[in-house]
Order: sequence, then C-alpha cells, then structure tokens
Amino acid sequence: MRYLPLTDADRQSMLAKIGVSKIDDLFVDVPSDKLLNELVDLPLTSGEMEVDRALRVLAEKNVVAGSVPFFVGGGAYRHHIPATVDHLIQRSEFLTAYTPYQPEISQGTLQSLFEFQTQVALLTGMEVANASMYDGSTGAAEAVLMAHRLTKRNKAVISGGLHPQYRAVIENLSGYSGHDLECLPGDPYSREDIISRIDGDTACVLVQTPGFYGHLTDLEPIAEAAHATGALLVAVVTETVSFGALKSPGEMGADIVVAEGQSIGNGLNFGGPYVGLFATRQKYVRQMPGRLCGETVDADGKRCFALTLSTREQHIRREKATSNICTNSGLCCLAFTIHMSLLGEAGLRKLAKLNHRNAVRLAEKLDAIDGVDVITPHFFNEFTIRVPGSAADIIEKLAAKGVLGGIPVSRLEPGQPNLENLIVVAATEVNNDADRDAYADALTEVLS
Amino acid sequence: MNREGRPTAPIMPVEHNDHPTFTGNRGLQIEEPLLFEIGRPEVSGVDLEEPGEFAGHLDGLERDRDIGLPGLSEPETMRHYVRLSQKNYAIDMGIYPLGSCTMKHNPRLNEKMARLPGFGDIHPLQPQSTVPGAIELIDKLAHWLKVLTGMPAVAMSPKAGAHGELCGMMAISAALKARGENRTIVLVPESAHGTNPATAAAIGYKIRSIPARDDGTVDPAVVQENLSSDVAAIMLTNPNTCGLFEREVVEIAEAVHEAGAYFYCDGANFTAIVGKAKPGDLGVDCMHINLHKTFSTPHGGGGPGAGPVVFSEALMPFVPLPYIVTNDDGSRRIIETSTQATNQSGEGSQSLGRMTAFHGQMGMFVRALTYMMSHGADGMRQASEDAVLNANYVRVCLNDLMSAAFDEGPCMHEALFDDTFLKGTGVTTLDFAKAMIDEGYHPMTMYFPLVVHGAMLIEPTESESKASLDLFIATMRDLAMGARNGDVERFSGAPHHTPVKRVDETRAARSPVLRWTPPLSEAAE
Repeated sequence: MRYLPLTDADRQSMLAKIGVSKIDDLFVDVPSDKLLNELVDLPLTSGEMEVDRALRVLAEKNVVAGSVPFFVGGGAYRHHIPATVDHLIQRSEFLTAYTPYQPEISQGTLQSLFEFQTQVALLTGMEVANASMYDGSTGAAEAVLMAHRLTKRNKAVISGGLHPQYRAVIENLSGYSGHDLECLPGDPYSREDIISRIDGDTACVLVQTPGFYGHLTDLEPIAEAAHATGALLVAVVTETVSFGALKSPGEMGADIVVAEGQSIGNGLNFGGPYVGLFATRQKYVRQMPGRLCGETVDADGKRCFALTLSTREQHIRREKATSNICTNSGLCCLAFTIHMSLLGEAGLRKLAKLNHRNAVRLAEKLDAIDGVDVITPHFFNEFTIRVPGSAADIIEKLAAKGVLGGIPVSRLEPGQPNLENLIVVAATEVNNDADRDAYADALTEVLS
Repeated sequence: MNREGRPTAPIMPVEHNDHPTFTGNRGLQIEEPLLFEIGRPEVSGVDLEEPGEFAGHLDGLERDRDIGLPGLSEPETMRHYVRLSQKNYAIDMGIYPLGSCTMKHNPRLNEKMARLPGFGDIHPLQPQSTVPGAIELIDKLAHWLKVLTGMPAVAMSPKAGAHGELCGMMAISAALKARGENRTIVLVPESAHGTNPATAAAIGYKIRSIPARDDGTVDPAVVQENLSSDVAAIMLTNPNTCGLFEREVVEIAEAVHEAGAYFYCDGANFTAIVGKAKPGDLGVDCMHINLHKTFSTPHGGGGPGAGPVVFSEALMPFVPLPYIVTNDDGSRRIIETSTQATNQSGEGSQSLGRMTAFHGQMGMFVRALTYMMSHGADGMRQASEDAVLNANYVRVCLNDLMSAAFDEGPCMHEALFDDTFLKGTGVTTLDFAKAMIDEGYHPMTMYFPLVVHGAMLIEPTESESKASLDLFIATMRDLAMGARNGDVERFSGAPHHTPVKRVDETRAARSPVLRWTPPLSEAAE
C-alpha cells in the first residue's frame, strides 16, 4: 500500500528483533475475545484513481457557488482568494508542520502567527489578539465565559441581532456551565433596546455588528452603558471585510471582539474549517483562551518567537485552564494572514468599498421589484428583504432557476410566523451586473 | 509524579562567530523581518476594480482612521512566506515522533479532493437540495467511523478533539439530567491529557484523579473504590497516554455502568487499534476521534482538526445539532434546529444542542474519507499493525541505553521513556530533545504524561520505513551514550544548527510582547 513503507521482509525482521513470532503477540493486552479476527465490513484498499473517481461523483452532485449568481452569506461569505494564498499554504513546511512547541524549528509558523495576531489586533481596534479559535461561533461562546470569569457576574445579555446559530452555541455552552443568559428575540427591524437590559448582575452584553439581518450598530452608547455598571461589551463580527469600511469595535469601546475570519483566505468549504479571531484589552490577557505567540530572544540575543503564557492553557493548568482548547485553526490563520498581507491597508479598504457598493446596487434593484422591500436601511454587504409569501419556497424556486438568492430566515429561526417572509441577502466583490440582473429577473419571475 | 511540567530556564548564551556574513544570512537560511517592517500601506498584491463614487448606507459609522496594515506585492509576499517556511520542520521532511500526536504522512490526494469545487466552493446554508453530494459524503464518513468503532451513532460537528470531548461530556450530562439525576464528579486518570480535566471542569464537574498503578494502567479496583452515585463518568484514554492498552477496560466499563455512570473514551490514540478492536465492544459510551491524528488530515502548524464523537445506544438520543437523517426515499437531509430534532425518534431526538455554527469541518471530512477509502479495511488494519510494530521496534532497540518506563510487555503505537537513564549526567529531557534537533529530528513529546519523571513519549507511526527507524534508533543511541559519557556541551548548548538557537521561553512569559508595535521614533512622527 502506497502509504506504508514496510515490506513483509521488514516486518519479519522487526518481529524477530522484538522477539515475537506474529504481530498479534504485540496486541496481547487486548482481551482475546475483543481482538478482531476478520476485517471490518468496509471496502478494501483502493488506488488513487478509484478514490478520485468515487469522490468526484459526490462532488459533481453539488451546485458550485462560483458557477451561479450567488448571494448567500449568513456568517460565511464568498470572496475572491488570490491564487498565491492556496499555493503557499500547501508548502510542506506549513501544511505538515505541527503546533510550534519546539520554537527553534518552528519560527516559520511562529512568526506568521505573531504577524496574524498583530493584524487581528489592528483590524479589531484592540490591544492584543490570540492565535485563533475554531470559528466565530465557538469564539463568541468562549468570550461570554471569559466575561463571567473577569466580572464574576452571572448574566450575559445577548442581542437579537446575533446569528441564530451563534446564539444556539452560546446557549448550549452557558447551559452546561451554569450561567444565565438573556437572549433578546430576533431583531430584523433593529428595534431592540439592549441598554435597558443591563444591570448590576450583567457580566457582558454581546452585540453583532453588522448584525445577522445586516443592521449596523453604533456600539459606543452600549459600551458606555455597560461600563457604567461594570459590565463588559463583547462585539461579534461575522464578516471580516467589514473592518475595512467601518469603525472598529475597539474604537467604539468593545472589551472583547470575536470575529469569523473565513472571508479572508479561506473558502466556503461547506462550513469548515474556518478561523475564529479573538481580541481583547491587554489587561485581560491572562483570562484569554487559546494559544498566544510572543516575542523573545534566543541564546544569541536574536529576536525570535515562541508560544507563551501557557499557564492559561489546558496542558499546564488542566482543570483550571481558561479553556479546554488545544488544536485551533493554524493553517486557516496562515491563509488569513497571507491574504491580508497581499491586500494591505489600501487593498482592504478598496475591497470593503466594493462589497458595500455591490450590496447597495443589489438592494436598489431588489427593492424596485413589486412586492419586495429591503428592510435594512443601513448595512455593509448584507441586508434583509421582505417578500410576499414563504421565503423558503421562494429560495427553492430561485435555486431551480439557477440563482442562489440568500438565506430564508425561517431556516435558522423556524416556527416564527413574523420571520417567514424574510430573506438575508449578501453581496460581495464576486458579483457583477449580470449576476444582479439574473437575481432580479429570476425573483420577478418567481413572484409573478 | 512530576508536577512541574517542562523546565523553561534560560541557559548561558553561546557565541557563534564562524564565518559571519554581511546580511546575517547563512546560505539558504535567509533572515526575514516582520511583515510590518517590510510592507507599506499603499502597496497591494491584489488588483481590484475601482469602486467609483456612490451613495453609501453606512449610517455615519464609516472608518475614519487608518487600520495600520502593511501590504506587499505578490512577489514580495511569495518571498516573505517561502523564507519563513524554510525555518520550519515538517512531516514531509522527516520523522516527527511526537507521542500522542500521531504525525503520520499527509497524503496529497486528500488535498486534491478537498479542493474539488463541489466540496470546497459550496456554502453551508445554500439550499440542501443543491448539495446532496456533500451531505452524502458526511454520511459516508459517519458510516465508516461507526463501523470502525462498532458504535451506532456519531456527532460529526465538533471542530477538534477537545471540542469532541466537550460534546461527549455534554451528552453524558444531558443523559443524566434526562434520568432526573444530578451527579457532580468525573473520574480522570492522572495520566490523562490536560484537555480531559479542562473539559469536565468547563461544564461544572469536579475532578477526582485516579492514580496509575506501577505498570502504567488503571486498576479497576481503584476505579471501583472511587465510584459512587455522585460520579457522572470516567474519562479514560485507551490506548492510554503511556502507550499501553488498558487490558482491564471491559471490567472498568462494567463497574462504571453498574454505578449508573458513563464511560467517556479519549480516542486520541485510536490509531493503534483501528481494524484490530472496536471501542463499542469494550463498553465505551462515547469516544472522540481526532481526524488530524488517526486519519491523516494535516496538522497545519496547529490546526484545523476535527473531532467527531461516536455514541452508544444509551447516549444516541443526545447527539448534538446538526445531524443527518435518511428520508423514506433514500435521500438525506441535515437536521439543523431543535424544532426539527424533536420531531425525530432515536438518534438526536433529545439533542443536546449546537456545538458550532454550520455543519462541521467539511474540509477535514473530505481528507479523512479520502485516506480511509485509500487504505480500505485491509489497509487500515495493516497501518495499525505497522504503527504498533514500529513503536515496539524502537522500544526494544533503545531500552538497554534509555529507560523505558513500562517494559514488562509490549507497548501499542508509542513507547514511553523517562529520564532515569540521564541521572547524574547533568542532561535533562529538555536538553536531550534540543540535541535531537541538531541531528535533524523533531523531538518526541516531552514531559507528558505527568506520571513519570522527564517523560519522553515516542510515536514513530506507520509512515516510517525500517531504514528511517534504524537511523533514528542509531542517533538516539548515540545521544544516550553521549549523555552518559559526560558530553554536556552537546546538550546544554543545543540546538547549535537551527535558524535560531535555544529560545528564551521564560522571558516570553515574563514580559509578554504579543504583537508588533511601531518603534517610538516612528510613532513620534
């Protein structure tokens, strides 16, 4: 078998050296009635060609985002990723390296993590960032736990503009850790008054901006109100490109910023692997979950990098760790940092402006259709439309016409009649006039 | 038991003045500054159309100050990262004998398949009717995992091993709650990986530590003593972190179940028994599987991984969202919300909730399934046998000069040594590891598990040829002899030949610098 270098002659020679006659002599600790005598009931070994063929059959059954007019967002966005990014992350030295626990032979990984952490801190407007979480949703749940630890208070207030699946992840983790959650109802019209829910028992307020429905929120008044009672503000951002156009959460007073980094460097991949960005103030760094890369020197006094502050982490602190996280999103961080280096300040600002422009153009087109209303007056690259009838049906019909038009809110928030006619629509730099026209035409037909 | 973990004390600086160069470069080893020292804000390696003027809808929340990001052109970007890459060790370069990490070869077919547009360029929330092949792939991988483990259900969504541990423990907690019970204690062997107690504590359990007996395994009698109606579960790694199969695992499982508790199995070492034994036959209630260990998905410098969790009948109803069901016509759909889940019976009917947004690590699913289909039932069994053979070969070839911690019988896929053989030499486990680096090897796992002093856990994996192992063994023997012969300089000054010398990790922690900041002179301008 092509992945196994040992020959039968090797195996015999090695067994002899060990002093046993057969391989099962090395499995002697497995209870004999549990050691399998037969192969498991699965197909036998296959050559590359056969595996390739079998998997292509599965791949070809799916509608590829890049092959149709595509407007699906909801926490994962289709952007153009420069060819350089995927090429570089496939270098052996990056792809097949381990966690950089031996810094002398991991400076490639470590320096790129240090650069990544700096970029994330700059983008979020915060003082320090970690070397990633699994994704935005688990990062948000960890941020809530961190706020509980820092304030020693029991309640987290969660905005109705938070992605429903993120809310579910927080509800799940908080439920098991015994903390209270106040989750405001889904807020497509951005009418909630979250400030009135903050009190002396609040550990944190969590707000997503741009919100799940697309709304932009000025975090400053919320930050002020939270700080006045000693609570923290956790800001969640699911579209990293928005940092290129909007005031950073840090500037607006956030204490912890969690973001989904997928938009930069990482393709859609049907939901994973993604990369969670996590940033906070310097004074909170010892309560931060996840790995941290720090600068130091070597024995010659040369600048170098190493994982640090590991006393927060599971392998040192065990049950007192700030989180149980071990493996994070290493290669996805590298993809992020390479793409962000290629973009730079000028490129990111331009990319963000393009995204916003394309969303504005699409919104104008869709709003002009009879029966369709854009209900989000202020947005970045995602907004919500109200349609006459079942949004879920309309999305299926659009798909049948070859247009992937967005996410029916009812898919993520079932059983709520007031949300059944809403669709969340995303627009990025990958859409052109022909795509937007195709969407408008298809929607008009479906509604007629 | 060693409670200190690894020492991080700095050592005396050593001078390296042989043939200095103007650039500081040494042949192919090129010194590479930080991105922030070479990039410029006005440069970009991406060409984008001009947005033009238009009326924006940003409601006064526009960014009004620079982010401070540097940019690089495409050629500068290539050079920066290629130069950085040359400072990394990798599996593609040589053996990576990290015990517990299973650094086997990462097949490139995995990468090719994961990049097929039909897998890579699909959105988790596009209509399910447009992605039947993706759903089928996840279900197919789930089937392979269930057959290999002999378990009836599997949660595919956890994003890494530790996340899988969280999922399994949440399911146990949910199951107890459904029985109307509130148990507060989890039993964890002291040899366990740190994620085990960290996970249990994260959801509010108290940890009770179970000592290892002299042969490195867990004593069922000790487990029995510690069981009570307040114990929710035991978290047992099998094969364990000493590289040994827990031969009384069935007895332990029976005792745990008798006491009304559950058996969480940490499957990090599953690579030793794939195709040889089924955790489901051993009494396991749930077990996470590290796709990035056992099933060859690449480690990528620290991730991404994937940690699907297999479940027993008892825990099946509590599987998290999302999970896949088969419709009457044979098609499949993903159950995504608790509203949908409560309409089901059997698997997931009392779903514990959601572990993550979207569906899980699809990119890793494609890679793992590619590997599994390539090996097949016979290949996977052979791989496990070769992994165990290689580890025992290393153990037997080193145990005269180095001190194997448990040498009464065979080990599984990894061999544990301690620092007894270094006593009186002035060389520590850490020094020994750094000297291995000079020889062109990534060190083995150090100072883990905590149950022996100065632990060295060696896992060669099945990807090593006999020739590669023979050279590794010869090198380790030479190092062991060197330590005994008092050649301290070879060790205390190591590594001598790497892009950077021994790194001062104490200083990194004492005065943490976690990001680049512009130097004072620049900031003042």
